[in-house]
Amino acid sequence: MVSKTSILGAVRNAYSPTRLSERIGAWIPPVIMLAALLVAPLVLSEFRIALLGKFLTFAILALALNLIWGYAGMLSLGHGVFFGLGGYAMAMYLKLESAGGKLPDFMFWSGLTELPIFWAPFKYAWFAIPMTFIVPAALAGALGYLVFRSRITGVYFALITQALALIASILFIGQQPYTGGTNGITNYATMFGFALNSPTIQIVLYYVTLSVLTAAYLLCSWVIASRFGRLLVAMRDDENRVRFSGYNPAILKTLVFSLSAGLAGIAGALFAPQVGIISPTMMGIVPSIEVAIWVAVGGRGVLMGAVLGAVVVNGAKSGLSESFPAIWQYFLGLVFIGAVLLFPTGIMGLLRGEAWRRPWWLSKERALGTWKGLIAGVKR
Amino acid sequence: MEIWASQLFNGLSLSSILLLIALGLALSFGLMNVINLAHGEFIMIGAYTTYAVQQGARYFTGDPLAEITFVIAIPAAFLVAGAAGILVENALIRFLYRRPLDTLLATWGVGLFLQQLARSIFGAPNVQVVAPAWLGGTISVTSSLVLPMKRIFIIGLVIACLGGLYWYMYRSNEGRRMRGVMQNRDMAASLGVSTRRVDSLTFALGSGLAGIAGCALTLIGPIGPSLGTNYIVDSFIVVILGGLGQVPGTILAALIIGMLNTVFEFGTTAVVGKVLVFAMVILFLQWKPAGLMRARGR
Repeated sequence: MVSKTSILGAVRNAYSPTRLSERIGAWIPPVIMLAALLVAPLVLSEFRIALLGKFLTFAILALALNLIWGYAGMLSLGHGVFFGLGGYAMAMYLKLESAGGKLPDFMFWSGLTELPIFWAPFKYAWFAIPMTFIVPAALAGALGYLVFRSRITGVYFALITQALALIASILFIGQQPYTGGTNGITNYATMFGFALNSPTIQIVLYYVTLSVLTAAYLLCSWVIASRFGRLLVAMRDDENRVRFSGYNPAILKTLVFSLSAGLAGIAGALFAPQVGIISPTMMGIVPSIEVAIWVAVGGRGVLMGAVLGAVVVNGAKSGLSESFPAIWQYFLGLVFIGAVLLFPTGIMGLLRGEAWRRPWWLSKERALGTWKGLIAGVKR
Repeated sequence: MEIWASQLFNGLSLSSILLLIALGLALSFGLMNVINLAHGEFIMIGAYTTYAVQQGARYFTGDPLAEITFVIAIPAAFLVAGAAGILVENALIRFLYRRPLDTLLATWGVGLFLQQLARSIFGAPNVQVVAPAWLGGTISVTSSLVLPMKRIFIIGLVIACLGGLYWYMYRSNEGRRMRGVMQNRDMAASLGVSTRRVDSLTFALGSGLAGIAGCALTLIGPIGPSLGTNYIVDSFIVVILGGLGQVPGTILAALIIGMLNTVFEFGTTAVVGKVLVFAMVILFLQWKPAGLMRARGR
C-alpha cells in the first residue's frame, strides 16, 4: 500500500541533494550571480543599467514560469497576461498620481468624463501594489481551477493559456477608454513624488528589482524544497499516483499556478515604472511564448536557469535586434529549435555537466541520443 | 430574417476555413500527440504559393491564363505546403514524439523562421492575389439575401477536401494503415505497418490541407507573412473542443466555433465575441472534459 509519506520519500530520494556539500554547492552559482548584479551599477553606464533592470523584471517572470513548467510540468503560454496585469495595476496608480486628481489624458481623448469606478481605488498605493499580485493570481486561480478540475493537462493546457494570451491582448486593445488601447498606459512622470527619469531613481528601482528577484528566488527554492514542492515534482512525473495517494492534484496545481501568476504580476509591476509604458504588446501570444524560451535556454527545472536565461536571451536580443532585426528573427527561431532539440538542459546543464538533480527526460544520454540520431539521419 | 440567413452563411464560411486548418492539427494530434505551432505558417505557405503561381503565370503567359491559374494554384498549394510538412516532420518532429511540450516550442521556432523567410522573399507588406473573374459575382437567393460567389466556392472547396479525406481515410490502404496506427500504434507496428511512414504522410496531409486553406484565404483578403497567426488560435480551440484527434468531433466543433464567433460578433463586438466563445469552451469542458467526441477503445 502506498502511503502519503512514501511518495514524498520517493521524490526526496530522487530529486533532492542529501549531502551537505551538495546543498552548499547548489547555492554557489546564485550567490555569484547576485554579487555580479550588486556591483553592476558601479561598472555599467546608466543606459545599460536601465536595460539590466528591465531584464531583471523578466528574470522574475521567468522564475515564475520555471516554477510551474520546470517543476510542476505545466507549460503556460499565457504568462505575458499575468505580467501585463501586474504592470497595468501599477501603471494605473502611476498614471493617476501624474494626472494629479484630473482625468488621465487618454480617457479624456476617448470621451470619458469621469473616472471609471474600477480605476478609483488605484489612486492609493496601498491598494494598487497588493493588486499587482492579487489580480493575476485570482485570474490564474479561477481559470486554473476550472481547467485542472476537468483534468486538462499538457498540450491542452498550453493551448488554452495561449488562447488566454490572445484574448487578453485583444480585449485590452479593444477597451480604449479604460485601458488606453494599443498605446497602453504611458506618460507618467513620477512615483511617490520622485521623478522617474532621474538617474538616482533608476538606480533605486534597479536595486528594488534586484531585492524582489532575490526574494522571489528564495521563495521559489523554499517552495520547491517543501512538501508542496515535492508533490509538484511527483505530479509532473505521475499525476495518477499522487491522486491515488490521497491528494487532490487540481487544488495543488491551482495553487502553484496562482502563485506563479502572482509573481509574474509583481514582475510586471516593476517593469512599468522602469520602462515607462505598459501596453497590450507585452501580453500577447508572442511575448508570452518567449518567456518559455528564456527558461529553456537557461535550463528548466533549475531556478538559476530561469534568471540566467532571461538575462542572456534578452541581452542577445537587444544586441542583435537593434542592428540586424531580420537576423534576430532567424536566430530566435533557431534558438527555439536548438534549445529543445540539442540542448534540452540549457545553459545550466552545460555548465554543470553532471546530473544529480537532472530528471530522466533531461538526461545527457537523451541529448547524446538525439545528436546520434541527427547524424544517422544525415548519413541516411 | 435575411440578416440572420446571411449571418449563418458567413458563419458557415468561417467554419469551413477553420475546419480545413483544424483537420490537419487534429490528425497529427490524434496520431502522434503532437501539436504543430508552425501550422499557421503552412497556411501562409499555401497563400504565398498561390501568389507565386499567379505571378509566374502572368510573367510567362501574360494575362489570358490568369482565369485558370487559381485552379492550378490549389493543388500547387497542397503540394508545396505538404512538402514543407514532410521536411519539418523528418528534420524535427520525429525526434520529439514523446515530448509534446518541447514540440510546441520547437515548432514555434520553425514558425518564426518561416515567417522571416517569407518576409525576406516577398517583403513585409501584404500582397494581393487577384481573384478570377468568375469568382467575382454574387448569387441572389432573395432580393435582399445576396451570397458572394467566393464564399460559396470556399465552402464547396472544403466539402471537396472532406470528401477526399474521407476517401483517403476509409477507402485507401494508406488511410487504413493510418487509422490502424491511430487506434493502436504498437499493434499496428507489430503487424508490419511502417509507423514512421504513416506519421510522415499524415503530417504532410495535414500541412497540405493547411496550404489549401491558405489558398482559400487569398480570396478573402490580402496576405502577409503573419497571415496564419490570425486563424491558428481559433483552430486550436476547435481541436480542443472537438476531442482528441477525432475527425467527426473536429467537424462539429469547427461548425460550432465558426457560427458562435459570427453570431456573437453580430450581436456584440468582435472582441466580446471572442471572449464569450473562449469562456463557453472552458465551461463546456467542465461538463465534457474530453471534448465533443471521445476516442473509442482506449
